[in-house]
Order: sequence, then structure tokens, then C-alpha cells
Amino acid sequence: MTEDAFISIRKVDKHFGKVQAIDSVSIEIGHGEFFSLLGSSGCGKTTLLRMLAGFEAPTGGEIFIDGQPMSDVPPHMRPVNMVFQNYAIFPHLNVRDNIAYGLRKQRLSRNRRHDLVEEMLELIKLPGFGDRRANELSGGQRQRIALARALILRPKVLLLDEPLGALDKQLREQMQLELRALQRTVGITFVFVTHDQEEALTLSDRIAVMSQGRVLQLDTPSGLYETPHNREVASFIGTMNFFDAKVSGVNGARVEVEAAGLGRINAPARDRRYVEGESVQIAIRPEKLELTADAPLDSGISVQGSLENAAYLGERSHFFVKLDGLDQPVAVSAQNREGATIGTDATGPVWLNWSEASVVVLTSD
Amino acid sequence: MSDQTLPETEAPGIRQARPGRLTSLLHGSETLRGLSLLSPTLLFMSIMILLPFAILLVMSFWTPVGFEFDTTPTLNNYREAMERPIYGALLERSLRMSGIATVATVILCYPMAYYVAFHVHRNKMMWIVLMTLPFWTSYLLRVFAWKVVLGYEGVINSALISVGVIEKPLEFLLYSQSAVIITLAHAWAAFAILPLYVSLEKIDRSLLEAATDLGDGPVMRFLRVTLPLSLPGVISASLLIFIPTTGDYITPALLGGPDGAMIGNLIQKQFGPINDWPMGATLSIILMLAIAFICAVFILLTLFVRKRIS
Repeated sequence: MTEDAFISIRKVDKHFGKVQAIDSVSIEIGHGEFFSLLGSSGCGKTTLLRMLAGFEAPTGGEIFIDGQPMSDVPPHMRPVNMVFQNYAIFPHLNVRDNIAYGLRKQRLSRNRRHDLVEEMLELIKLPGFGDRRANELSGGQRQRIALARALILRPKVLLLDEPLGALDKQLREQMQLELRALQRTVGITFVFVTHDQEEALTLSDRIAVMSQGRVLQLDTPSGLYETPHNREVASFIGTMNFFDAKVSGVNGARVEVEAAGLGRINAPARDRRYVEGESVQIAIRPEKLELTADAPLDSGISVQGSLENAAYLGERSHFFVKLDGLDQPVAVSAQNREGATIGTDATGPVWLNWSEASVVVLTSD
Repeated sequence: MSDQTLPETEAPGIRQARPGRLTSLLHGSETLRGLSLLSPTLLFMSIMILLPFAILLVMSFWTPVGFEFDTTPTLNNYREAMERPIYGALLERSLRMSGIATVATVILCYPMAYYVAFHVHRNKMMWIVLMTLPFWTSYLLRVFAWKVVLGYEGVINSALISVGVIEKPLEFLLYSQSAVIITLAHAWAAFAILPLYVSLEKIDRSLLEAATDLGDGPVMRFLRVTLPLSLPGVISASLLIFIPTTGDYITPALLGGPDGAMIGNLIQKQFGPINDWPMGATLSIILMLAIAFICAVFILLTLFVRKRIS
């Protein structure tokens, strides 16, 4: 990755007074990649993005964009453009002048500029909006104008600071699809900041999960979801059942653990080394668990519990199963297919089943 | 959908207060509510402004006869004001002097307001209070202070002489148009700083970052974003200074000398020593019209310029 990295963030630190906002972060982002920085507020993701834009200077480390070190390049000379969280549409200009704002430096002819703006308006599906004033636009429209204003300059990198945060759910989902399609059309590297894990999973090629100024895990969406490295990542992305466990045996590609509530079970080791007796945690996604009324044939990957609570959610139902030796009930999510053996009105003893591949072992690093 | 009906919610025994007719009338119409909120101010304004204005207007068509007035309406005063060059010259001079003072004040105050709005992050209010501190003393005292500074043996002259830059005191400092302009520009500074500060403070910082991000350096960013967005502040500051200074008579009376006299001084004399109230009223009306005309042109011009820069 290092050879063809388009953006290279190398050991970057940022202090605000005594507060360490970014703690020795290194990230390599490829050309044309849709890259997301994901984390809760205050994790440093926006600070990192603002350092890419040049609005903040790193306290230590260096950022390279397209091979060029960026520390001496002021923000208005950088080959990046940004879509701001509140869109920052100029209120004294109409839509056309907003989109054409950055073209001033290119000294284009009036006609050429006009054509470029019209082209952009087509691309963001707002043809004929050129003469509207900024205060006549809805949130979704402002968001598109902000995108067009940045994209018209053909930046090497487009930075997006929670651009969909202010939109309502339906519009947000529509914009997610459009954004993804747009990124494929223009082929520009996108760096996207969000606190919405679903949004990050939907849009990104790769995601860096951040917390307290550090990158917890950098992976593809499915990598993050299926094989989180630690409890923080696992609980931040989706819902997860956790079980305290101890390693009781290591056997090549498998690791055997003694887990509270589940008993002695096997899990894939996934290229990590475990020591016998080591304290770990077992994690299983609610939708990887299956409920049955009767004991399954293979007794190794199932356990009996009692159904404590259930909720019907339309396309799926959530069940909460109490296991011996656990305080928290285990969450199970099941699709509401025809002929489901257990309904939400069921009570009493049930069997919890899972496959070995769905078990994730988390170390306490 | 469903054929469900809401149950009757009227509970027996609970007496609902019926709104009075006036209350429901007030709640029904937003305009009426607004007007009723405004009415104390509106009443006060109409009595204290419109009435004197009406008296002034009526009086400007009268003629003085000894200590009495001939109340037959005539345009003689206006004709005289047009024909005698002294009135026109004084009006022109007043507008020019307060115009220069206005421009000077706004240009001097803009950086101060800009500094507090963008570069002071703590205790902004304290900075604003400190800047308006000189205005806690009376207007007259401030004018006298400038008399001390600019005087024949005043601060500037003595300082320049003791340093050896000049041998004789500079005479043009006091009792001149420049003395009046300098004093006006200082005396009205607070009226410029406050509206400028408010309009600059209101500008969203992300707009400035967006301009930078789109390739503008500091100068272009100022011209293309900060200045157009702070134009409302510039306009109100200019009007707040230009309107009162044009009619000012204290400063020119104390510092202007014969060269620095303004139309306000003449109007004051008409109502005082000359005792020609109708002429004073006529000049006041003409001054008011001139100011209104210039302000209208100014506002239209700034709006036009704003469109052109952006």
C-alpha cells in the first residue's frame, strides 16, 4: 500500500494545549478510494480531516498528498476541497456564483465558466437552479451545491465533514447512494468523516475507526463488522453479544475457550496467537444466533436458555435469552420468515445455536 | 385506513375558560398583535417626532413680522434659500465635511471591529466596552479635549516644537474644517464600531474557511466574502454617523472658526440671534431632504456594488 498511497498520513500528532487530539496516527489512502473516518464526537476524526484541508497544522508527523509533503502548503494552495458540515454556502451569492466561486483563479472565459457550472448542475441533478439564492434552498439542495462547488475544481481529494448529518433519514439514504455513484463517476479520492456507522459501512471502501485520537482498526466494512479486533470496535459497529472467556486450548487455526454461559466452545484463531489461560472475550452478532424450540443434533454449538423478552420489529424480531451464569440476556435477531419456529409470543426454554465461524475472539489490548 | 374514532374527550365538571373577544381577536391576527406591542413606542414616536416635524413644515411656509408670524402660506423662504449663495455653500460644505468624517470614521473603526470580532476569543465584551470608554464622558467635554489637543499652544503644537520639527505653532490645526472633521471622526467612533462589530461577528467562520478552501488567499477572501457580508454593518455605521454629523453645530461652533462653520450653526442662529424661525424651519427641511436623498443614493449604490463584487 505504501508505494501507491495517494494520501499518506505519517505519525501525525496534534495537541490543543494539553489536550492530545490526535495521537501518532498513520493512515495510507489509495487513489480513487472512498475512505471513512468513523468515531464518536471528540475522537479526533474532524481534526484529522481539517489537517488534510490545512486548517489545522499537525504538532508532529507529516501528511503527504500525491507524494507532496503538505506542511508548508497553505489551505488555499492545497489540491483538496472540502464539503463542510453546515455546507457553508455563501449567503450573498446565488447558486451559480456559489458553484463558480473557486473558478476565479483559472481565468476561464465567461462562456466556458457558464458551461462548467451548467454541467455541474446537471451532475447534481439541479438543472435550472443557477439563479436561485442560497436561502431558497432545502437542506438536501444545499448539500448538493456544496458538493458541486468543490467538485468543479477537480480536486485530487474531496474531504467531506459529516455532510449528511443534517438531513432527515430518507433523504440521507438517498444521498448516500448518490454520493457513492458520484464518487465512482468522478473517480476522485473521497475522505469522509462520520459518526454514523451504518453510513460508513454503506459508503466506504475502507474505514478507520477512531477513538481518543487513535485509530482502533482500519479495515473494509465487512472486515470491521465480521472480525472486529477489540471490544470498542465491536460495540461501536452494530450490536454485539459479549461473553467473558478464558483460552483453554490452542489448536492451529482454532482456539478453544471456556466462555461464561456458553461453556467450552471453539472459535477461529484468525492468525492471532493465544496463550493458554489468557483472558479474552467472545463476541457473537445477534443475527448469527438462531433460536430453536428443540435441541439440535450437534450439541457442540448450542446451549439451552430461557426466553425472557421479545420484540416484533416488522422485518425482523429481537429475542432476549437468559443463560445460566450470565447477568445480561443474550440478544438474538431473526428475520421474520414464514414458518419461523419461535414467535415473539413464545416463552420458556429455548435452544441457542450458532456456527463456529461466527464466533469472534477479542483480546483485551 | 382504520375506522377507529377518537372518544369524546369532554370531561364533565371541568369548566373551560372562554377566551374574551379581545383576546381571540388579538390571537387571530399576527399584525394586530405586533401593532399592539408596538403601540407605546409608536404613540411616543408620533407625538415626539411627527408633531414637531409638522410644526416645522408648516412654519417653513410662514413669514416673520417683527416678533409675530404672518401665517399666509408662501414659498418665499424656499426661494430665498435657493437664491442666496450662502445657504447652498454652507449646505454643500456641511455634507462634504460630514461625508469625509463618515468615511474616515468607518475606515478607522473597521479594523478595530474586525480585530475584536475575529482575533479576540476571550472577554470580547470587555474589549468593546474599552473601545467605547471615551464615550462615557459628555460630548462637549470630548470636543473641548480636542480643542486642547489641537490648540495654538496645545498638545500637538507643543510636542512638535519641543522635538524641533517646527518652529512656530501650526495654525491650521484649530479653527478649521480639518479640526472639525478630526473631532467628528473621533466623537462618533462608537457609533461605527458597534454596528461593524455586530455584522462581522455574525459572519459564519466556516464561510471564511470555505473561501480559503476554494482557493482564495486572505485578501481575496476579505474582498469576496468578509466585506460583502459585513456591508449591512458598513451601511448602518455610515448612516448613523453621516445623519447626525451633517446637522451638528457644537463641534463647528467650538472648533470650526469662520471656515469650519456648518449649516447647523446657521439654523441655530436663525432660531436664536437672527430670530427668523420660518427661515430656520425652511433650512431644516432642506437639510433633511438633502440627507434623505444622499442616504437613498448611498444605499442603492452599496447594494449595486455588492452585486457587482460578488
